Amino acid sequence: MAIRDKLSGNEAVSIAMKQINPDVVAAYPITPSTEVPQYFSTYAADGLVDTEFVAVESEHSAMSACIGAQAAGGRSMTATSAQGLALMWEMLYIASSYRLPITMAVINRALSGPINIHCDHSDSMGARDSGWIQIYSENNQEAYDNFLQAVRIGEHPDIMLPVMDCFDGFITSHKVENIELLEDDVVKKFVGKYNPPYHLMDKKNPMSMGPLSLPMYYFEAKRQQAEVMKNTTKVILEVAAEFEKLTGRKYGLFEEYKMDDAEVAIVIINSTAGTAKEVVDKLRSQGVKAGLVKIRVFRPFPVEEIAKALSKCKAVAVMDRADSLNGAGGPLFTDVTSAMYGRADGVKMINYIYGLGGRDVKVDDIEVVYNELQSIVKTGKVKEVYNYLGVREGK
Amino acid sequence: MSKVVEVRWHGRGGQGAKTASELLAAAAFNTGKYVQGFPEYGPERMGAPIAAFTRISDEQIRIHSNIYEPNYVVVIDETLLDCVNVTAGLKEDGAIVVNTSKSPEEIKPALEGYKGRVCTIDARAISEECIGRNIPNTPMLAAIVKVSGVMSEGEFLKDMETSLQSKFADKPHVIDGNMKAVTRAVKEVNGI
Repeated sequence: MAIRDKLSGNEAVSIAMKQINPDVVAAYPITPSTEVPQYFSTYAADGLVDTEFVAVESEHSAMSACIGAQAAGGRSMTATSAQGLALMWEMLYIASSYRLPITMAVINRALSGPINIHCDHSDSMGARDSGWIQIYSENNQEAYDNFLQAVRIGEHPDIMLPVMDCFDGFITSHKVENIELLEDDVVKKFVGKYNPPYHLMDKKNPMSMGPLSLPMYYFEAKRQQAEVMKNTTKVILEVAAEFEKLTGRKYGLFEEYKMDDAEVAIVIINSTAGTAKEVVDKLRSQGVKAGLVKIRVFRPFPVEEIAKALSKCKAVAVMDRADSLNGAGGPLFTDVTSAMYGRADGVKMINYIYGLGGRDVKVDDIEVVYNELQSIVKTGKVKEVYNYLGVREGK
Repeated sequence: MSKVVEVRWHGRGGQGAKTASELLAAAAFNTGKYVQGFPEYGPERMGAPIAAFTRISDEQIRIHSNIYEPNYVVVIDETLLDCVNVTAGLKEDGAIVVNTSKSPEEIKPALEGYKGRVCTIDARAISEECIGRNIPNTPMLAAIVKVSGVMSEGEFLKDMETSLQSKFADKPHVIDGNMKAVTRAVKEVNGI
């Protein structure tokens, strides 16, 4: 029987960590992710977990400690936000290239500057090419469910990659909402024991991690990382199917909401997807064929599946809660449009940058986007590809 | 859209608006509802104006923005009426509850012509007399339960007792004071 509760996203993820009972949690506090290690440290202090909790002096050290623990054959976890993730930068690449399945909660917060503590996706989007699997969560339930699945995905012997479970700072991390938790023994059984195929403490199979790899080998190492990332999709779906059997909650690479006959659609990530679903329902009741695609797995990017899902639409708006400041469009937009190229040509595509630095996204804002899509369908003309939603423009 | 009851709380940092928004959500959760309780995070200074929000629904709540057109508004600190437009977007078939020793008629002129129901409660006096300190958030919580009718008085009082007992197991005087305050508060709302 599932446990009905009301929790913030941070509480939910720290409970997931407690139920998993990893070998090592190393973390450094940063708003809005601080509560995750804070709650977890009380579980460790109260003897509710067997975990070695390491209160390190920086996020760079947090990731380094996780890498060390995982390289030694342990299961390690951490949580961070914004500048914390930025400070982990070089170690993120080490973790993925060593093929160490560390699980990390990324509580999305805007990168400075100007300094800001609120939600946008500039932190995790910046880490999109670090070789980590990235999963995004709309609410506390998904943050919890995805954290449990992340462990299974990353630790799969064919994968062995670190995984980020990303969810919105404050909006999801601090909002108390209903949730269904699994019992401890159910989680324990689902997640299972970590049996690394190789590690530094294995005396029978001595090995080295992180050796120098000059032009003779580096390229092949990267090629192999690229290959395994591509193959992750299959495992993600297998784990999701198993999770669905356990909970009844269905997860895929992305969620399609009323997409069957949709003419206009938006592609979006995290909490604003919920707000946008309300708008889809309202438009549907007015006879507008509106739909929504919510990205769950951003890395690897589900190229063919996304192109197929959007191929029958007339106009699509891709919503980015991070700007690439590149004169071309946000990270999700450039990925979606390149996925469409040659697979689903002719669909009118526009991009909106929204909600930077925690700018609240209202139902009215999302209505503006669908109205623009309807006007594109009507006139056949795209006025502007690269747009900003809810920003005050100078003269 | 699913039918959701939305409550916006106005208070000053340190008065417990965030806690109250979550306590209301928790009480409604215990009656089987879907809930959200959350503050608007800003510069978290003692005394600075802050807002917090509660959503209550029979169905899962998907909307994740702040609340702009609330059914109910709770003003924990009367001095905010001078500097915050507390009735902004407030539905006319809803209500506002203000912590003040004044009557609803006396408060109305400060509410920007709001045409809906205006209720008042002297939560400061209640908390000073029952708890011994000016901690107005629990009497205000009782007042909004009474005004909104999101649950019955009995359900609410029973739930408060249970949650205070689990939260302050080692401070029984806090439980007694708060229970006295909420029991009085549900009876002393003006303008119902």
